[in-house]
Amino acid sequence: MRTADQTLDEILNLAAAHFKVSREKLTPDDDFFKTLGIDSLQALDLLTKLEHHFHVELPDYEMQGVSDFRTLAGRIQSRL
Amino acid sequence: MLDLDQYTCLGSALRAALDRWPNEICLIEADRDREKVRMTYSDFKEVALPFARALQDAEFKVSDRAAIIMTNQSKWLISAYSIFYCGGVLVPLDYKLSAAEHLQLLAHSKVRFLVVEFHIWRAIMRTEGFNDHKVEKVLVTEAPPSADLGGAFRWEDFKRKGEPNFVSRKRDDTASIVYSSGTGGRPKGCVLTHENYLEQCKSLTAWYPFWPGVRYLSILPTNHAIDFMVGFIGPFVCGACVVHLRTLRPEFVRDAMIRYRITYMALVPMVLKNLERGLKAKFEELSAFKRFMLNRMIGINKLLTRQRPNVEKSRKLLPQVHQAFGGELLTLFTGGAFMEPSTLQFFYDLGIPVANGYGLTEAGTVLTVNDLKPFRADTVGKPLPGVELRLLNPDSDGIGEVATHSKTVMSHYLDDPELSAETIVDGWLLTGDLGRFDDSGHLQLFGRKKNMIVTEGGKNIYPEDIENAFDGLPVKEYCVFAANYVWKAKGLGNEMLVLVLRLEQNQEFSSELEQEIQTRNRRLPDFKRVGGYLIWDHDFPRTASMKIKRTVLAEEIAKAKHRSAVTSL
Repeated sequence: MRTADQTLDEILNLAAAHFKVSREKLTPDDDFFKTLGIDSLQALDLLTKLEHHFHVELPDYEMQGVSDFRTLAGRIQSRL
Repeated sequence: MLDLDQYTCLGSALRAALDRWPNEICLIEADRDREKVRMTYSDFKEVALPFARALQDAEFKVSDRAAIIMTNQSKWLISAYSIFYCGGVLVPLDYKLSAAEHLQLLAHSKVRFLVVEFHIWRAIMRTEGFNDHKVEKVLVTEAPPSADLGGAFRWEDFKRKGEPNFVSRKRDDTASIVYSSGTGGRPKGCVLTHENYLEQCKSLTAWYPFWPGVRYLSILPTNHAIDFMVGFIGPFVCGACVVHLRTLRPEFVRDAMIRYRITYMALVPMVLKNLERGLKAKFEELSAFKRFMLNRMIGINKLLTRQRPNVEKSRKLLPQVHQAFGGELLTLFTGGAFMEPSTLQFFYDLGIPVANGYGLTEAGTVLTVNDLKPFRADTVGKPLPGVELRLLNPDSDGIGEVATHSKTVMSHYLDDPELSAETIVDGWLLTGDLGRFDDSGHLQLFGRKKNMIVTEGGKNIYPEDIENAFDGLPVKEYCVFAANYVWKAKGLGNEMLVLVLRLEQNQEFSSELEQEIQTRNRRLPDFKRVGGYLIWDHDFPRTASMKIKRTVLAEEIAKAKHRSAVTSL
């Protein structure tokens, strides 16, 4: 079982790889829409990557109002 | 299609449709790649009537109001039909609003009943003010077996035996109250009549008909006027099928288009651009030879479709592209926000016409749409049959405020006679949008008179509604403007919200203040966030009752500062 910190770290790594940005530029409390320059559909794309990686299924509404990596990690962690 | 002139209300037209095409599929609902619901018009009736009967047994009476807060799914349409069947008034609320905003609009609309999905209801129950809500009966869909429903009932159990009484309504009776925006100080509840909907349906289907066998993929929220019309009323009165998808993930949308061989789909510019990006990425992966061949085929298709679309020929020339959209797509619809002509042209060149339109909730749904005779990427089309448009106070370039007179125009704003009188003048709805007609009768939009923006996701945002998020900000005063309202733009691109700050005497714009603004901004949904700030050196002009004179302030700012003075957040 992953710890919450591990989950968060893996999400940051995956986001950096998916959107081709430097991992060092991303921090847990970043607004990912702004830091990554993405729209809500691209955020859903990222969610799909994360689902495959963590083997969980997240309904769209779980992402509603979520805009930072830490909260996103919390939603995923609660389903692991 | 039913002859809608024969019906006085949505309930009677829909009721006739259920009897007219009993064996046609009317609804499919899929969650990702799992199909959850497939029902005929006859099945729909079998589920809806026991629900309508239960509503009536619970004392839901003619003209009573019932709200729906749900994502797109079969229970949305079943509930709406049942409300109309009982002669009720539907209040469709945007499921993307916050729970506090839901509570505010439930109170404003004075609904007696509410139909809501469990995850939304759970958020509402946890919100301050929940205990003060006045909704008498709440029906919750898809609640887990052991869930605490806070006194609500399960939708799935809410059914009664026995034929409900059908309650007919007159054409000018209220069918629904649709909030066009504004959950801040002044919610704008558009009161739409049965006639508004029946006439809108007639004019839209005159240009873009549905028929049994047509499959419409419904991904715009059904509470939105567009999807309510083209993803419910339009298909149903023509015997067509609506496909609901419980996720908006791009890959599942693409899969659903193929699996259900979709005929029509309405989408916001953001989704269209996403599809464009995906296709271009695929094209980039092709070998040089295949790319060369693709470009040749696109060139031939452009020649063959110069005057009007020819989907049969386009499908033969570019079979793989069309297969990626299911192979039977006729038209995509878009509108509501600025759409880049290059994106529309990209799809048209592939043989996929995108009918760009223009409308507003206050006008029913759609006022103009491209008739594709020929395709035009640079306009929002021509007025639909029955829609009169004129331009008020045109300038030397012929650009004036678009006003409309049509049977689709709303009756009034709920409980706001002052705003209603400002908006509908001598029977003409003043849209606040600036436009011009070209020689062929196409409308081109050039900006807004209103202090508002429309996002790429199709949301109307009134800056005044955003100001609450900055309440208590340690500055002398502040307000929020749409940048294009301050610096008049001849076009609808680059929409953003600007926070105008008047600092206290000797106050510096500190990093702490910037951090505070950032923090508050992030609490807003992403589509409502302020894009930049501007420091203003004078006190805001105010009325005797201390309201900010926004028009005057906007003019003063535009005179003194260039748009580039806005610092990005």
